[in-house]
Amino acid sequence: MNLDFSPEDLAFRDEVRAFIAENYPAGLRDKQEEGEEMAKEDFLSWHRVLAKKGWVAPAWPEKFGGPGWTSVQRYIWSEETARADCVPILPFGINMVGPVIYTFGTPEQKERFLPATLSGDIWWSQGYSEPGAGSDLASLKTKAERFTGDDGKEYYLVNGQKTWTTMAQHGDWIFCLVRTDPNAKIQEGISFLLIDMKSPGVTVRPIITLGGEHEVNEVWLENVKVPVENRIYEENKGWTCAKFLLAHERSGIAGVARSKRGIERIRQIASTELSDDGDSLIKDPMFKRKVAELEIDLTALEYTELRTLAGEASGKGPGPESSVLKIKGTEIQQRITELVLEAAGHYGAPYFRGFPTDGDNAHPIGPDFAHRAAPTYFNVRKTSIYGGSNEIQRNIIAKMVLGL
Amino acid sequence: MDFNFTEEQSMVRDSVASFLQDKYDFDTRRKIVSSDAGWRADYWKAFAEELGILGASFSEELGGLGGGAIDNMIIMEEFGKALVIEPYLGTVVIGGGFMKHSGYAGAASVIEGIVGGSATIAFAYAEPQARYTWQDLKTTAKKDGSGWVLNGHKAVVIGAPFATHLIVTARTGGAQRDAGGVGVFIIDKSLPGVVTRDYPTVDGNRASEVYFENVSIPADALISESGLALVEQVMDEAIAAVGAEAVGVLRKLHEGTLDYAKQRKQFGTSIANFQVLQHRMVDMFIEVEQSVSMTYMATIKVGESAAERAKAVSAMKVRIGRACKFVGQNAIQIHGGMGMTDELAIGHYFKRATMIEGLFGSVDHHLKRYESLSFDAAA
Repeated sequence: MNLDFSPEDLAFRDEVRAFIAENYPAGLRDKQEEGEEMAKEDFLSWHRVLAKKGWVAPAWPEKFGGPGWTSVQRYIWSEETARADCVPILPFGINMVGPVIYTFGTPEQKERFLPATLSGDIWWSQGYSEPGAGSDLASLKTKAERFTGDDGKEYYLVNGQKTWTTMAQHGDWIFCLVRTDPNAKIQEGISFLLIDMKSPGVTVRPIITLGGEHEVNEVWLENVKVPVENRIYEENKGWTCAKFLLAHERSGIAGVARSKRGIERIRQIASTELSDDGDSLIKDPMFKRKVAELEIDLTALEYTELRTLAGEASGKGPGPESSVLKIKGTEIQQRITELVLEAAGHYGAPYFRGFPTDGDNAHPIGPDFAHRAAPTYFNVRKTSIYGGSNEIQRNIIAKMVLGL
Repeated sequence: MDFNFTEEQSMVRDSVASFLQDKYDFDTRRKIVSSDAGWRADYWKAFAEELGILGASFSEELGGLGGGAIDNMIIMEEFGKALVIEPYLGTVVIGGGFMKHSGYAGAASVIEGIVGGSATIAFAYAEPQARYTWQDLKTTAKKDGSGWVLNGHKAVVIGAPFATHLIVTARTGGAQRDAGGVGVFIIDKSLPGVVTRDYPTVDGNRASEVYFENVSIPADALISESGLALVEQVMDEAIAAVGAEAVGVLRKLHEGTLDYAKQRKQFGTSIANFQVLQHRMVDMFIEVEQSVSMTYMATIKVGESAAERAKAVSAMKVRIGRACKFVGQNAIQIHGGMGMTDELAIGHYFKRATMIEGLFGSVDHHLKRYESLSFDAAA
């Protein structure tokens, strides 16, 4: 066993660190520091810098535009981007549909979609969830019926509704699971379709969440005409793509590097905020203990992830063990937001859509970190629900790992 | 042993409950929260005149109905169930509490205003540096002839945008964190030099940052020149009342979750059939029931000695704080994605529960207070 980074890994880390320092968009950093909401262009600006450098898709094979990094290098990359508070690269194209396309797509589909996904020219949305389905993904109802168009080509006519579609208000294309054979068994008869969101019949409606954000949407599909050539893999075999994609989704879900940064931030906050006895909050025995317990739990998660990574490097795909990472990772993310809110004290209560001095520069309200503390706490409750709820993850471990 | 309510108390509960059922459904509450005013002054008037509840907790000599802390408990629980915004806590429980316990010369006339609905009060006690330590005060009140001059900054004064009066703590003597020299004043919010910056809070309420810029206040504004014990008594009563509000909120979180779990189907069955969720909902039920018990206990003990009262109230706040977190978080989890939406009421109960968790002292704060009262004192 050897857990040290090699000299090459350390050199790589320095290269990454220098690249971020020189190339991370300054305007984006300012916006993040001031706690402003991110616009579409904000997400894309960093994406484009990385695309140009060839670093936007760390996990992709080189022949499709990946950087050819080892799993250790990918780990270093996620550590360094979190450490520098870089805005995350949206996962829908890079981590989700991209790998599905290069694994299951035709040469024409790869040519058409992969370069545009890397460059950021296509903003992907995920059309998996449906109202009433939740973690029971296979119960999806959106129908796709095949027909021959007036032009003699083959099409699907798609009808149904998707929900919880993250950032779909900016979406160019949406990848959807649709039911192509209503008579098949529940996990059969499903196909994986790519749909141009500019097609007639696609409507996006906002869902406002607890923190006041417009992050998710409903997507209505009413008589949407989709060329058959936009189907990935075989008809009625979409569940194979779906499972493949979910395994990829779960492997990145632990968020160790981001949580490390989150704990570092709590330490910073608690060293300037005061406790009841007038000393700094980080010296308060109760608060300090909670931060310590969080750090220890994060260490356990980190080494569990490293073991999973090492397994992957030696050829094992991400298996049901990734459910451990999902459960513990999201619980830790939630506890971080609890402690930030606790640190805010009275100033956790004020609610502002923008920055708290909007319209009045004379009197800023509370410490800078505090105005996002409660909305973030509310928002991050989603992490134990999405991507297969933590209850479902426990079912997966019970069944697949423990054989219960 | 008797945990029953008197006939009068049951009548108060029924009349409040039926008023709120008719006039404070979730859609109406949503409209109130997003309106310019942020509250319903006409409802406040109805509380005073139609329901008479603003006087329920005052003695008959003071123009009230002869009740006390238990009446506040009953009313606050019903307000919790409907997520009522109107400033009962600040005006009746806190403002009224200061009037009842201080021997303040102007008390009768202030209470008359409270009971009649014309006076609304917000308590400006917190300061940016102070966290939950009431006596940590940078705000000063300096003698000026027969009156006083007030300077300072009060943080997150809940209900201040609706208030006609502020009750203010300010240092009349001593150093920043001394127990002595904690002055308590009641002032008209419209006095020159009182500058407010109003904003909404995450749970749909309104609050202000209040700045006192050389505010001249008359001699008769002084409630107490060194009133930390008074502040503690009133705050303990307020915490007990907030516990009752939490009980209302928690009951709705639990009930709403049960209803949802029964009707929501997944994997071909109602999710209420999953044992893991059943046990979770049982644990939520246990938290709710214990919160009810602790609220009764604390409410009964607010009239006892300062040490007994403080211990009871802090014990309650610890349990309530934990219940708010456990019941609230699990209500959202069991609702799944629907629990994350602004559209459903459940999330709004969760937000109020979360704010109550930190209101008037976090779990840690009250655990420490309990520890010092129950261990240090005995040592």
